[in-house]
Parts: sequence; C-alpha cells; structure tokens
Amino acid sequence: MIKRSGPTLRMATVFVILLLPAAVFGQYDYIDISNPFSRKIPMAIPAFAALNSDGTDPALLKKATDIITNSLDFTGFFNMIDRGAYLLEPGNPVITTDQINFRNWTTIGSELLVTGGLSQTGSLVDIELRLFDTLTGKRLLGKRYHGTVNDVRPIILRFCNEVILQLTGKRGIFDSKIAFVSNGSGNKEIFICDFDGSNPVPFTRHGTISLSPAWSSDGKWIAYTTYVNKKPDIFIHRTEGSEQVTVEEKGINITPSWVPGQFTLSATMSFAGNQEIYLLTGSGKIIKKITNNWASDLSPSWAPDAKLMAFVSNRTGAPQIYIQDIKTGQVERLTFEGNYNTQPSWSPTGDRIAYTSMVGSRNDIFTIDLKRRQPLQLTQETGNNESPSWSPDGSLIAFSSTREGPSRIYVMTAFGADQRRLLTMSGEQSSPNWSPNLNKY
Amino acid sequence: MRKKLWIFLALFLVIPVLLGTVSCAKKTVTKEEPAPVMAPAPAPPPPPVEDKAAKAFDMEKSEFQNDNIYFAFDKSNLDDMAQATLKKKAEFLKTYPNVYTTIEGHCDDRGTPEYNLALGERRAESAKSFLVDLGIEAYRISTVSYGEERPVCTEQTEACWAKNRRGVFVIN
Repeated sequence: MIKRSGPTLRMATVFVILLLPAAVFGQYDYIDISNPFSRKIPMAIPAFAALNSDGTDPALLKKATDIITNSLDFTGFFNMIDRGAYLLEPGNPVITTDQINFRNWTTIGSELLVTGGLSQTGSLVDIELRLFDTLTGKRLLGKRYHGTVNDVRPIILRFCNEVILQLTGKRGIFDSKIAFVSNGSGNKEIFICDFDGSNPVPFTRHGTISLSPAWSSDGKWIAYTTYVNKKPDIFIHRTEGSEQVTVEEKGINITPSWVPGQFTLSATMSFAGNQEIYLLTGSGKIIKKITNNWASDLSPSWAPDAKLMAFVSNRTGAPQIYIQDIKTGQVERLTFEGNYNTQPSWSPTGDRIAYTSMVGSRNDIFTIDLKRRQPLQLTQETGNNESPSWSPDGSLIAFSSTREGPSRIYVMTAFGADQRRLLTMSGEQSSPNWSPNLNKY
Repeated sequence: MRKKLWIFLALFLVIPVLLGTVSCAKKTVTKEEPAPVMAPAPAPPPPPVEDKAAKAFDMEKSEFQNDNIYFAFDKSNLDDMAQATLKKKAEFLKTYPNVYTTIEGHCDDRGTPEYNLALGERRAESAKSFLVDLGIEAYRISTVSYGEERPVCTEQTEACWAKNRRGVFVIN
C-alpha cells in the first residue's frame, strides 16, 4: 500500500568523512529566518568537477549540479547568480580553498560559494562538497561522501541540510515530505512527495473521498479523513508499513491534528450530538473532550509546546479562529477581521498562525502574529488560496491555489515571497500537509 | 404475480375457443362462423389493487428523492420553502412506515472543505430534527455530510452555489 522513494533507505551505506579538521568558525548568523526583510544572500554554485580523468559520466555531474542548485534555491534564502556571469579559469578542478581565487567570486557579487567534485567508478561514487564565505575566503563546511550512483540525491540533500544548519542554526527541510490530496485517478486519494515536489507516490488507494492528511510529529504516522465506510471517518496509518487504526464513531470524524511531541491526536467528532474537538491516543481511543460549546468546533492546530490549541468555531455565528489554553480551558478569540476565517496552522516557530480568510467569494492565506495580533495577507488576486501548512523550520508555507485554473500545490516563504508551483500532476491537488524533519539524511 | 396473470389470460382465450369448436362439431356445417377468437373480446383483467398502489409509491418516491431542500450560505436553518418540502417528506414517511432514509448535507465550494464537512452535517441534522418533530421516528432517518465534495454544479456563480447548498434525501 505504501511506496517509499528508493534511495533514502540506502543512506545507511553512505560514509561521511569530515574533510580536514573543521575550520574554526564562530557563530555565523548569515540568515535570520524570522526576519521578513532578510536579504537573499548571493550564492554561486559552479558545475560539479570530475575528480577522476575518466569513468565519470558527464550526465551524473550535471544531475548532481542541478540537485544542489535547485535544492538550495528552493529554500528562498539565496539569490543564485547566473552561471553565465562566472569568471571561470580553464584547467583543473577548482574546488578547494587553495585552488579558489575568491576575488573571481566577490567581483560578481557572490558572498557564498558551493563547490562540488565527483568521481565515479562503475556504480560507486565519491562526492566532495564545500561551502565557502567568499568575503573572508574561509571554508565553512567540507564533506566527502561515498555511495552508489543512486545515493547522489540523498548525499547532496544531506549536505544541503548541513549548509542550512551552518547558516541559520537550524536543520534544513531537505528530508521532509509533503502529503496532499489528488483526484487524478477520479477519486480523492492521499499522495506523498519530497519537500520539492519530486517523487510523488500514492499513499492511499481507497477509491473514495480521502481528505485532510496530517503527519504525526515523529513522521511515522499519517491520520486522514476518508469515506471508506460511506461517511467521514479518521484512519491512522503508518507511513512505512501497513499498520492502521480507525476512528469510526457515529457522525463525523474529521480534521485530525497531532499534538507536538506526543503520540496523541486531536479531531472533531459528533457522536455525542455536538461537533466538538476530542483528544485521542495515537491508536484512536478517546482520552477526553477538549472543547465545550453548542457551536461547531473543528480544525485544531497546536502550539509547538502543546500548551495552546488554535481551532475554528462558529460560536459567534460565522467561523473564526480561537485559542484554547489546554490546562485552564480558557478560550480567546484570535481573528476579528473578515467573516470567514478557517484552517489555522500554528508555525513550528510558535510565534505565528497561518490561516485562510474569505475575501469576497475567494480565499486567501494570511498569517497573524501572536504578540501584536496583526493579520498579514500573503496571497491576493490569484484565485482561491487555501490550506496553509508550514515547513518544519517555519521558513516556508505550502498551500493550494487555483491561480492557474485547476487547484495545485504551491510554496511561498513565510512572508509570502517566491510563490511557485510545487508539482504538476493530472487532476487537482489540495490540502498539503508538510511533514516534520524525517531525519533521513 | 406475472405468471398468474398469464395463466388467467390464457384461460380467457382458450376456453371460448374450446367451447366454439365443441359447438361447431355438434351442428351441421351451414356457414362460416366468424373466428371464435374474434368473438366476445375478453375484457382486460382489472389491474390488481397492489399495482395501482405501487405506481403511486413510485411516483411519490421519486418526488421524495428528487425534491431537495436548499440553504443560505454558511447556514443550516430551514427557510419556509425547505420547511414546506420537509412537511411533504414527513407525509410520505408517515404513509410508508417501512421507508428508511438518509439525508445528505451538501455545501457550495466557497469556504474551506473541513468547515463545509461540519456545515453539511449540521444541515442534514437540522432537516432530520424537523422531521422528528413532525413525528417521524428518529431511527428511520440517518444523516451523512458530503461537505463540498459532491457538487451538482461547478460554475463560480451564485445560481450554481445555491444549487449545491442542499439537503438530498435517499431511500435506503
């Protein structure tokens, strides 16, 4: 039932060797991901060099160059300098500190430089990857990896994670995945793709309506709503393996959302007559009722410390977003602008909540910061924009949009910049849900 | 039922023929008689009472299933028209106490899918409780929400949205 992209599991066979003693680097605060005005850092990535005179497939070099460039570009942190502007000297590979003329890079405005070298022997590869600060001429990172040709993508993504950790102080998102709904088969099924939209594979094959995928905080489970029993129930399914439990109480069982750091789920259920949010064990047993109001309460989303829960309620007559203190039970209203605010998604950094607000008869993505409570509109005049979901580092937001006609999955920065389509598939795609870091690379 | 009818008809046709041939044999042949089959045309059998009732049921049933109730945007309360429709449905359910029904709650595709799943259930439940208030047994009525997942119209116009904001009655 569940397919995994092949190479990730073979990472165990990859050896990582630190090249030379790590350079003495202090606290590099290159990128502050919580700053909406942070500048993109100009970066250069010359084409990978062949480290042995023969045996290295030029197509593999190009593939490796493309993977690292596209992956780092995806983060939105960098301004990739056009390769046509590079001042390259002909001759031997230029990938190490002593080989590089840093003036060639500072002249074209580059502040960071990534070099890659690859040697291929049959199906085996050695890859050297380095990150330099061109202004100081210092190497910030240097790694050598060994694996098979199938490991090239995982190896490079692993290095990209190191690059982002080095520059932001946080792990990158390169081993995260995105679950979403696609109706290409004629039915709405759950799919999973890599962080950058590559390798989409079906996760469900129920042949009915399946909705609202939600990753557990350890990335090992996905809960979703499905009409397998001809009514909306929640299925909780292991991402690797076939273990599955179901929550099929009378009435609706919808909007599953995991409690951070726990094998605990929250969801809206109506078996007792009213639509309330309940807390359930990861195996689907009801622990307790969380909300208590005559109105509809749904779409829970948890603060990273699991002390507060945002949710949607129409207790004032129209849907608005509220925050409940789990310990005291106290509820306060968060959104006041607009008559239809739904789909709260609490940022993993804790300070903001993304949500969907109806503007006219269309939906747009907003965020609201929890201190000043100021809504910030991130999409506008581009069809229906729905279902915001944060990347695990809180720097990006995945969402669905009808801006090009059919609904598709898009990604933008946490402040609405760099809006781009994630992937193209048959049918329509919706409800993206970004996984936590899966710690694969 | 069908078989019995055929036997009935067959007897109607065959008996006069037999009688005719018997009487002919006794008489001396004088002139051609009209074919006995043509003779007293057998009256069509009166339609059985159940058949009439079945026809009425079929008509009322299709009305019951095709007559939707409609809702205002983001609302689950029943306006006058919806109430009038529901009263007719209650009559039908009273007339046919063996009928069990499922009320499907649907929404237009504005708003968001999760909230619409909740709204669809509230719409179906509000229709159900109206019928229960009119004396229909609650166990004969189940509800299911389809939210915005099963639109009958996909244009982005108010006319189309209005068609989608509906309660549909299915006989189980």
